[in-house]
Amino acid sequence: MTTGKTGAPHDRVDGRAKVTGQARYAGEFTAPDLVHGFVVTSAIARGKIVRIDAAEALALPGVLQVYTHENAPRLAWRDRSWRDMVAPGGSPLRPLHDAEVQFSGQPIALVVAESFELAREAAGLVKVDYEAAPHETRLAEVEAEAHEPARGKKGYTPPPKPRGRADEALAAAPVRVEATYEHPPLHHNPMEPHATTVIVEADGSLTIHDKTQGVTNSRDYVCKVFGLASDQVRVVTPFVGGGFGSGLRPQYQLFLAVLAARELRRSVRVVLSRQQMFTIGYRPWTRQRVALGAERDGRLRALIHEAVGNTSRFEDYCENVVPWSGVLYECPNTRLEYGVAALDLYTPIDARAPGAVTGLWALESAIDELADALDIDPLALRLKNYAEEDQDHRRPFSSKALRDCYREGAARFGWHRRSLAARSMREGALQIGWAMATGIWEAQQAPSQAKALLTADCRLHVASASGEIGPGTYTIMSQIAAEQLGLPLAAVRFELGDTALPPAMIQGGSATASSVGSAVLAVCRALQHSLLKLAQTMPDSPFGGRALEDVEFVDRSLRLCSGVAPAVPIAAIMRHAGLGSIAEQTTAIPDLARQSRYTSNAHSAVFVEVAVDEALGTVTVRRVVSAVAGGRILNPKTARSQILGGVVWGIGMALEEHSMLDHGLGRFVNHNLGEYHVPVHADVPAIDVVFVEERDDVVNPLGVKGLGEIGIVGVAAAIANAVFHATGRRIRELPITLDKLL
Amino acid sequence: MNRFGYTRAGDVAEAVHAAAGDDAAQFIAGGTNLVDLMKERIAAPSRLIDITRLPLRAVKSLPDGGLEIGALVSNSDVAYHPEVASRYPLLSQAILAGASPQLRNMASTGGNLLQRTRCYYFYDAALPCNKRAPGSGCPARDGVNRIHAILGASEHCIAVHPSDMCVALAALAATVHVTGPAGARAIEFAEFHRLPGDAPERDTTLQPGELVTAVALPREGFAAHSTYLKVRDRHSYAFALVSVAVGLRMVDGTIAEARLALGGVAHKPWRDPTAEALLRGQRPDDALFAAVGEHLVRDARGCGHNDFKIALVRRAVVRALQQAVAGGPRA
Ligand SMILES: Cc1cc2nc3c(=O)[nH]c(=O)nc-3n(C[C@H](O)[C@H](O)[C@H](O)COP(=O)(O)OP(=O)(O)OC[C@H]3O[C@@H](n4cnc5c(N)ncnc54)[C@H](O)[C@@H]3O)c2cc1C
Ligand code: SF4
Repeated sequence: MTTGKTGAPHDRVDGRAKVTGQARYAGEFTAPDLVHGFVVTSAIARGKIVRIDAAEALALPGVLQVYTHENAPRLAWRDRSWRDMVAPGGSPLRPLHDAEVQFSGQPIALVVAESFELAREAAGLVKVDYEAAPHETRLAEVEAEAHEPARGKKGYTPPPKPRGRADEALAAAPVRVEATYEHPPLHHNPMEPHATTVIVEADGSLTIHDKTQGVTNSRDYVCKVFGLASDQVRVVTPFVGGGFGSGLRPQYQLFLAVLAARELRRSVRVVLSRQQMFTIGYRPWTRQRVALGAERDGRLRALIHEAVGNTSRFEDYCENVVPWSGVLYECPNTRLEYGVAALDLYTPIDARAPGAVTGLWALESAIDELADALDIDPLALRLKNYAEEDQDHRRPFSSKALRDCYREGAARFGWHRRSLAARSMREGALQIGWAMATGIWEAQQAPSQAKALLTADCRLHVASASGEIGPGTYTIMSQIAAEQLGLPLAAVRFELGDTALPPAMIQGGSATASSVGSAVLAVCRALQHSLLKLAQTMPDSPFGGRALEDVEFVDRSLRLCSGVAPAVPIAAIMRHAGLGSIAEQTTAIPDLARQSRYTSNAHSAVFVEVAVDEALGTVTVRRVVSAVAGGRILNPKTARSQILGGVVWGIGMALEEHSMLDHGLGRFVNHNLGEYHVPVHADVPAIDVVFVEERDDVVNPLGVKGLGEIGIVGVAAAIANAVFHATGRRIRELPITLDKLL
Repeated sequence: MNRFGYTRAGDVAEAVHAAAGDDAAQFIAGGTNLVDLMKERIAAPSRLIDITRLPLRAVKSLPDGGLEIGALVSNSDVAYHPEVASRYPLLSQAILAGASPQLRNMASTGGNLLQRTRCYYFYDAALPCNKRAPGSGCPARDGVNRIHAILGASEHCIAVHPSDMCVALAALAATVHVTGPAGARAIEFAEFHRLPGDAPERDTTLQPGELVTAVALPREGFAAHSTYLKVRDRHSYAFALVSVAVGLRMVDGTIAEARLALGGVAHKPWRDPTAEALLRGQRPDDALFAAVGEHLVRDARGCGHNDFKIALVRRAVVRALQQAVAGGPRA
């Protein structure tokens, strides 16, 4: 028996459950009275429903009801009640509220039937007549009307004030580059579709299994919208089959399932089809202009970064696209601007590394363009302008091992063998390109709670209403707890995803390890404290007068660090105290007074090799090295998986992914995984992930920075830069499909 | 749920009999296309006639030296069949360039011939589409048409036939054997699929109730000099933007006979005998290949997003011909 430890590459504790089908997802829970809902969505982008005829659907035996705006109950009245914890400013969608259609794919009816197949069939029989109104889904048409986003979105910080005089400095700079970069809307497409199963309990209360990254968010939303008390609604989501941000906000299937369950007084499940997964949020379509001015030796004199992302007409989705540009490089004159422009589409939603993915795609392409204009090695240029402090907030970094990422990444990639000029590397008929880019993401901590129950047989149960969207939360929390109490990993059970548990932050922003991990650490420290106190009351206790710093928990025992006295088993301590168990509950609150004196970010350096077949325009990514500075690594195995997933998605963003809009119809048309391309195995090369050593005692007590986002940031730019190095062609509009290289 | 009748046929006569008189009945083989279409409400057959028990799973040598492939032989079994792999590597390559191993294990030879287009609009039952709902219009023309036809399209439909296997069969000049209420007949491959014209709802020249029983390959398989080049948006598991099937018979460094068919460009695999004639009797040469590419797209027209396919055909044809001369695709 060995003590579970952080820093060790443990397998996922839930791995077996997942691969054997034991892990249950939102759409897999059931109840004897379960019925099924299928959503009908709008075919037009804007206008009114003038007639909705469900007669044919209702006539099918087994169809229970069709809910539309005509018969749905009137619910909460104020926008405030519909706004969830992470909603942006504006008026959230109220499904089935009235006849108005605000985007193509808007839910306009829910058919409920005895089986899923029947509901789906009946949904196809609902006839809808519309009065269409003109719509606009082209970003270029509304870009000029971009505005500052309405306030309200958590985590959004408006761009910092300009520093110096960027425009003048740009005009005066001996070397300038200036360009516009664009990427299309991108849907998350997690493997698990959005789904909700609402189980009506005997007492009328609701147990809801919802695909969500925050059970508390779903619970509070349901309570506010339907006017329910929080003890009438319990949300239980032990597993999520990929969220990537798409599960941060309650999606419309949650609302519809609850509505039907309350009306019918029966348990209801609503699962979205893959096609309908393109009717929920997405990474917004964004156009950015970056202008850089530099001295001939490469020192940056001016940096201008302006971005406009799309939002809907009813909410101002916003994200931090440009602030990274003020932090990453030292530059005396910067101007960063960001606005949103409304289209007749649904509101975007955070998607893995929201804002940073977008901003760094432009910034890191522009830096590469500057390196080319200056004839300087792109890595050398970055090092020349390396920021030693956060100039926008005039404060130090709590840690920043980006230089080590550059060094380590370059060494593993063999960067020194790169020839500088574009089109200078060839292999037979293939043009080879080597390039790199930087990644950055903020390290955050949010208040979270955890409780723990230690039983006399040395089993530990720890729980917090966090989520598990796949990063390995169950595993690392178990590791933290096992290590603190000197238990084997198997003796720890971590429970999450249930509003009956102590509340935790919503799972997003790479902050779970930091926030929930700190809560688990704190609650285990509380247990340690109790055990020490009890141990001190034992006859001949070696621990008299000792503090927690003087002792350690190893092999299910408590002992002095100095090792001068024999270890005392935890079981013996509890037996002596006559306790069958010890319970603790703690809240971990970030030390804001200290944290706010620093800027804390995770960083990465991504190195990429591509081969381009110029005759056919096809690009192959042949090698990726991702060097990451993410603070302390709790589990190198799950950590590596996070980075691998990020890099793969970055390859998709660079070369393949594109939610295609038909502007005449105002509708996404390639809404299936056959035509919305994500990387397949053949597109993914060997990916070398390296974590550089980084100590940080400011970010949180664990010293972790979170790894969910950083892996994808910079990848698209690195690939686009490599395509340039290979071909001499700079593609500034993603994805880099072969037609752009012909 | 979708309501439909189900009949399991034991032999060809039974299957044909079951289909006779019910135009809305459909055969089902691997189901990899038809079941999807039913789920999306694109197809709503009155009756499924399950033909998977029919004795059409053999690959047989023909007296004239050709090879006959039963309609139910799976795509995988065709691709890995030793006779096919050695004598018709073009066909093996084309099949293996398509779909995924799981799909190829299920997909049948007959079903592959009859798979339907992947036009985005065809798959979205909320939208108009002449192929799905005749007379409703073609939103692809002015819409998103990146994957659409540049050759042989009509104002009514610009969809392409998505099969890889069929491009090879077109180049190999296969024959499709069918049996229907009026008896058995053979259809030359070039006549099997049709251009959309004013009836895009019809993909082929099959008559109602006709069952594909086999595909026959002529003796010449161009084994020494053939290639299937598929150009697509990712390295696997994507339909062709443009594909080229080439088979050459070389005698003393001269092209004695040439076959060339294009995929991803038209409502049917596109074989143009006049382009093949340009190659016949010539020595391989890049300028000649470029001229052939140019000739193939002489009447090509793009609709906007798919304009690039015209240039892509020119380049892909050159590359495919180079590969075929060299003996096959590079490893
Ligand atoms: C995700 C995905 C990716 C794919 N990618 C590719 C690709 O890259 N390249 C490619 O070529 N294909 C691709 N395919 C298509 C695949 O090849 C076809 O779905 C398959 O060949 C159809 O065969 P089946 O036996 O399953 O046909 P079914 O689905 O059973 O039937 C298809 C049609 O053929 C009719 N039919 C079947 N057998 C007969 C018969 N003997 N006589 C008369 N009519 C018959 C049916 O009535 C039906 O209309 C892909 C499919 C999917 C789902
Ligand atoms: S191209 Fe053909 S299949 Fe596509 S929308 Fe037009 S008519 Fe329908």
